[in-house]
Amino acid sequence: MQDTSEKKEAAPSTPEAVASFVGGRTGLIAKVTNTIYNMPAIVPLFVLTLAVAIFGILLGDSFLSPFALTLILQQVAIIGIVAMAQSLVILTAGIDLSVGAVMILSSVVMGKFSVDLGLPQEVAVACGLLCGLICGLISGFLVAVVKLPPFIVTLGMWQIVLATVFLYSGSEVIRSQTIAAEAPLLQFFGKTISIAGANFTYGVIFLLLLVAGLTYVLGQTAWGRHVYAVGDDPGAAELAGVNVRKTLISVYALAGLICAFAGWVLIGRIGSISPQSGQFANIESITAVVIGGISLFGGRGSVAGTLFGALIVGVFTLGLRLLGLDVQWTYLLIGALIILAVGVDQRIRKASV
Amino acid sequence: MKIMTAGLAGLAISAAAAGSAAAAGSVCLITKDATNPFFVKMAEGAFAKSAELGVELRSFAGRFDGDHETQVAAIETCIASDVDGILLVASDTAAITSSVQMARDAGLLVIALDTPLDPIGAADMTFATDNFQAGVLIGEWAARTMGDTSDARIGLLNINVSQPTVGVLRNQGFLTGFGVDIGDPNRWGDEDDPRIVGHELSNGNAEGGREGMENLLAIAPTINLVYTINEPAAAGAYEALRSFGRQDDVMIVSVDGGCPGVEDVAAGVIGATAQQYPLQMAALGVEAVADYAATGELPAPTEGKDFFDTGVGLVTDAPVEGMEQLSVEEGLAICWG
Repeated sequence: MQDTSEKKEAAPSTPEAVASFVGGRTGLIAKVTNTIYNMPAIVPLFVLTLAVAIFGILLGDSFLSPFALTLILQQVAIIGIVAMAQSLVILTAGIDLSVGAVMILSSVVMGKFSVDLGLPQEVAVACGLLCGLICGLISGFLVAVVKLPPFIVTLGMWQIVLATVFLYSGSEVIRSQTIAAEAPLLQFFGKTISIAGANFTYGVIFLLLLVAGLTYVLGQTAWGRHVYAVGDDPGAAELAGVNVRKTLISVYALAGLICAFAGWVLIGRIGSISPQSGQFANIESITAVVIGGISLFGGRGSVAGTLFGALIVGVFTLGLRLLGLDVQWTYLLIGALIILAVGVDQRIRKASV
Repeated sequence: MKIMTAGLAGLAISAAAAGSAAAAGSVCLITKDATNPFFVKMAEGAFAKSAELGVELRSFAGRFDGDHETQVAAIETCIASDVDGILLVASDTAAITSSVQMARDAGLLVIALDTPLDPIGAADMTFATDNFQAGVLIGEWAARTMGDTSDARIGLLNINVSQPTVGVLRNQGFLTGFGVDIGDPNRWGDEDDPRIVGHELSNGNAEGGREGMENLLAIAPTINLVYTINEPAAAGAYEALRSFGRQDDVMIVSVDGGCPGVEDVAAGVIGATAQQYPLQMAALGVEAVADYAATGELPAPTEGKDFFDTGVGLVTDAPVEGMEQLSVEEGLAICWG
């Protein structure tokens, strides 16, 4: 008891300590829970490190080579970027089921505007990005102003956007060679920098910059704190002077824009533009977010965690393939991780009340 | 609830009718989904033929490849509306058979298009590509192009783990044509020829093709021949090879014959592809139902086969001796999608 009261007294003495969690219990378990609560990315980082170490021991150089390790980054780049958009929305206790569809629509708009309509490639890219932003704004408006549940709004948006993609594109693929000849800017993110066997595509670099940027914005700006506050308790946030509506709309709009960028990166990766792409991006992005330790109930977690979540999926997928195991083992392990991650989240949530 | 959603989706997806009032029969076309260019083209072929013959056509599709429930609802709708026959591309070839039997019991002619049912006799007839033969053509072409096949390092990009019959037939055909012992003909992946370095999955799309090829390269960087289930997967595989500067060392073969795929043959992305004819499948299907409505006559299979073979052509811009081949121009003239 003595120990606890000391902690409670000590807590407000430094500015950092004001927002930190001080539990009522002491001992090793409480310390661990506290650490996890204050650094939500630590669990996925631990799992990631462990997974890399295990596959490294089992596979040796074929897995630990710069080639294979950077290959994982390339393979998770698209989902990683989409998962950043998903993270923002989930931090506000929402969910965005339309992320994959918005990504594809943006890429189709970029392709059709430049190849079919003959617009300058820069204009076509801008139109594609604008398209994602508008989709996000509509979702945000419906969630924040009309007060519809995010699940329903984005479920509807998903179907509407996907149908638009198929109707507009006529299910036709724009070939890589056509894009390379007429609008090479669309394949910009597919370019690679090679350093000693490690291959970094511009898409991967974009993902890393995006994570860094969002980490800064979420942690160091008023807007970032508002996002967390709205996700944790919108009523309290409103009373504290946060403009909940504006915050929500801006989150969905930014998520839409990030999805549009994912569409651009996708063209770089697969070369062509296909309306059939990215069908599972919404589920895969939610998987990365959840494994990455962001609470589905909003208000807690970090985008760095999401990046680790996406990387865990990538490490498992490539590692198990290199081991020659049936791909179903990947699904099984990822499924177990999702449940485990939510279990950890609930445990911490309970401890923090 | 499930039946209701499936029914609504079935209704929402095109239920259009073509032809004149004095229709010479009526037919339902049920495809796996309404977005895959292969099925879009198939529906076009069916509409064109039914307009020509004055047959009334209703078109249905699942919401996605694998959507079994919507297909069942569509069959029920077709039985209820008393059409003469159903042209069906089944998502689940074994599970759909009880619904198909219901339709046949109600006096409808059921023709499986593209994908044989399991068992094949569950439908009155199957109009399809000989997928094994399609595989054999690209396998033979690859072997003849290589000459000495002992140095071949083969990577295989299939569809998915469920090993659908179409994918198995193409894969086994390719290996047979190339001169590899296939082991169990009903499964890919059990071959023990050392020239095979790996099987990967592509989901039949460009993203999967790229990722599958990357994985193959991580397993065995020396690969010099890649079989792909279809051309989008081939295009994805090529992107992966291009990003590692390996595009000129690896020969890619494929199956389908879609227009973007044939253009990829012209561009040197794909060495050769086996071309299918979905428009033909649908048009012949509509004709068969019209005949059945008029005379009660059932369509006959191709001689020596248990289905009606709608043909397959080998399209390449690097022809080899001793094989029947189509040039890129010929392939483009009859391609789909």
